[in-house]
Amino acid sequence: MRAQAKLGLVLLLTPLLLWLTLLIFIPHVDMLLVSLRERVSAGVYRTSLANYWAFLSEPLYLRTFMRTAVMSTLATVITLLIGFPVSYYIAKIARGRVQSALFLLCLVPFWVSELVRTFGWMILLRETGIISNLLQFLGLVEGPVEMLYNDAAIMVGLVYTSMLFMVVPLVTTLQTLPDEVVEAGYDLGGNSFSVLREIIIPHATPGIVSGCIVVFMLSLGNYLTPIMLGGKDSLWFTELIYSQFIVRFNWELGAAFGFMLLLLSSAIVWGMLKLTGQSLERTVG
Amino acid sequence: MTGVVLNNVVKRFGEVQVIHGVDLEIDDGEFCVFVGPSGCGKSTLLRMVAGLEETTEGTILIGERDVTRMDPSERGVAMVFQTYALYPHMTVAENMGFGLKMTGHPKDTINSKVAEASRILKLDPYLDRRPKALSGGQRQRVAIGRAIVRGPEVFLFDEPLSNLDAELRVEMRVEIARLHREIGATMIYVTHDQTEAMTLANKIVVLRSGRIEQVGKPMELYSDPDNKFVGGFIGSPAMNFLNGTTAGGHVSVPGLKQDLALPLNLQEDGRKVSVGLRPEHLEIDPAGDTLTVELTEALGGVSYAHLVTPTGETLIVEERGDVRTEAGARVGLTIPLEKAYLFDADTELRIR
Repeated sequence: MRAQAKLGLVLLLTPLLLWLTLLIFIPHVDMLLVSLRERVSAGVYRTSLANYWAFLSEPLYLRTFMRTAVMSTLATVITLLIGFPVSYYIAKIARGRVQSALFLLCLVPFWVSELVRTFGWMILLRETGIISNLLQFLGLVEGPVEMLYNDAAIMVGLVYTSMLFMVVPLVTTLQTLPDEVVEAGYDLGGNSFSVLREIIIPHATPGIVSGCIVVFMLSLGNYLTPIMLGGKDSLWFTELIYSQFIVRFNWELGAAFGFMLLLLSSAIVWGMLKLTGQSLERTVG
Repeated sequence: MTGVVLNNVVKRFGEVQVIHGVDLEIDDGEFCVFVGPSGCGKSTLLRMVAGLEETTEGTILIGERDVTRMDPSERGVAMVFQTYALYPHMTVAENMGFGLKMTGHPKDTINSKVAEASRILKLDPYLDRRPKALSGGQRQRVAIGRAIVRGPEVFLFDEPLSNLDAELRVEMRVEIARLHREIGATMIYVTHDQTEAMTLANKIVVLRSGRIEQVGKPMELYSDPDNKFVGGFIGSPAMNFLNGTTAGGHVSVPGLKQDLALPLNLQEDGRKVSVGLRPEHLEIDPAGDTLTVELTEALGGVSYAHLVTPTGETLIVEERGDVRTEAGARVGLTIPLEKAYLFDADTELRIR
């Protein structure tokens, strides 16, 4: 019987282990190895940190790296600021069918691919787009306005793409906040602001942190949105990785970039958890 | 003086009216219990006093101050919730001091008030724990402590004992009664349990469907109910009701095959009435044979005999001492006529 149970466990775990090993572990180990080798001449390699040195010594790489980190952080903060009231409304104020309908509405954009969604923004924002035409029609501007290919457009796209991943964990944690706990706050002499700060936000912290982690990682690793909405000047780090791998066939440098991105996201997630006193198990589990 | 006065208070949720013009005066230092079946509006009324529900019409005065449109924090009340509503991320001491912290009191004041409340409630050993590490009774104590620390003029309790098991409920009931003696503040307490109402209250307000049925001291309501609902609600087991008709100054009760000569002046003949008889006032007469004993519940000190009349109505009779009637027996009933209540069958009002 015990042997059978053991076999069952092994069989159950096999797909997961296969997935982890084949798709996560092996590629990353290989990427690490690739990033640590230096091409001396055609087909001749030696182990060195040259690729990482190239990353650190080239200001363009470093600046793009930092810019991506800062923009992703900003996108996360904006998503949180917009997502929190929305989630609070869905979780605590809307009731019954309205609640499920609103929740579903957050999901609707995800029925089409990211490409189509981003293209939707391009239709709105480009020089000959809807908003530009509307402004001209209303006489508010003279001549077409280009609203694409700048940081604001990237930001709009990132926030839009990530909203659902912020709203879902927030709604889930806010739904577990009992109404009486909020009422007791008012009864004990709190106003809206102090109740929000002392009661609602502490309760929602696990949801806030897990939402922020997911949104941050998605923004950092996003490729399509910054390229399409930011154009050639988007300077997004994933674009650098892409060009090293695909355009320049410099797999070694690309792999080093990939590792830097992994380190950056791990560091920021770790910092976020430390700062809020949360553990990964609590926020994700 | 911090009494509470409700003047023609009305509550509507959209089209639905749940409180229909309640007038009530609660004196300073009084322990007032709102009691009634679920859905009678007792909790809504309490929440209106707390300011957690808006008052649609009418006015609420606390200590002669019109608080009808005030925020909960300005009303000088503190509420104890059925679910305790403690903050899981704070310790017991932080929970209790939270109200003062929110209103910007200095740390020393908070600490001394928390110490005082924890002494009254015997919470000293738990001050550094979080609510999760406490039992239900201790959590309710913390919730009460949080209200005490706030130093309100009026305490509001919303079914505070409903989430506790039977034994703890009795213990906390005694505790709350002691607290009221010690603090002497006005308290309003909502419950559906008439035992809690009877044991705690100076004044009971019986509510049904958003209307006050009767207000009075516990024993007044017990011995002198204004209507059939109050008669049936106060007292345990509940009052028995038998259908009857008036005839020649008497009440003819077919269920007992008997005419009751109640000490009342009944002039109108043929009026449909309901005769109310409390289980503890009745006595089984083994010599009779009108009623059938369906079953008996022996609780030790007392036992309850469930009787069926020939008309199919049921009665409960309390028996004390060692005499126990067996199920299946045919018995009669001794009725103390001065302790029988008469209600109009249609209006349900008491006929005095």
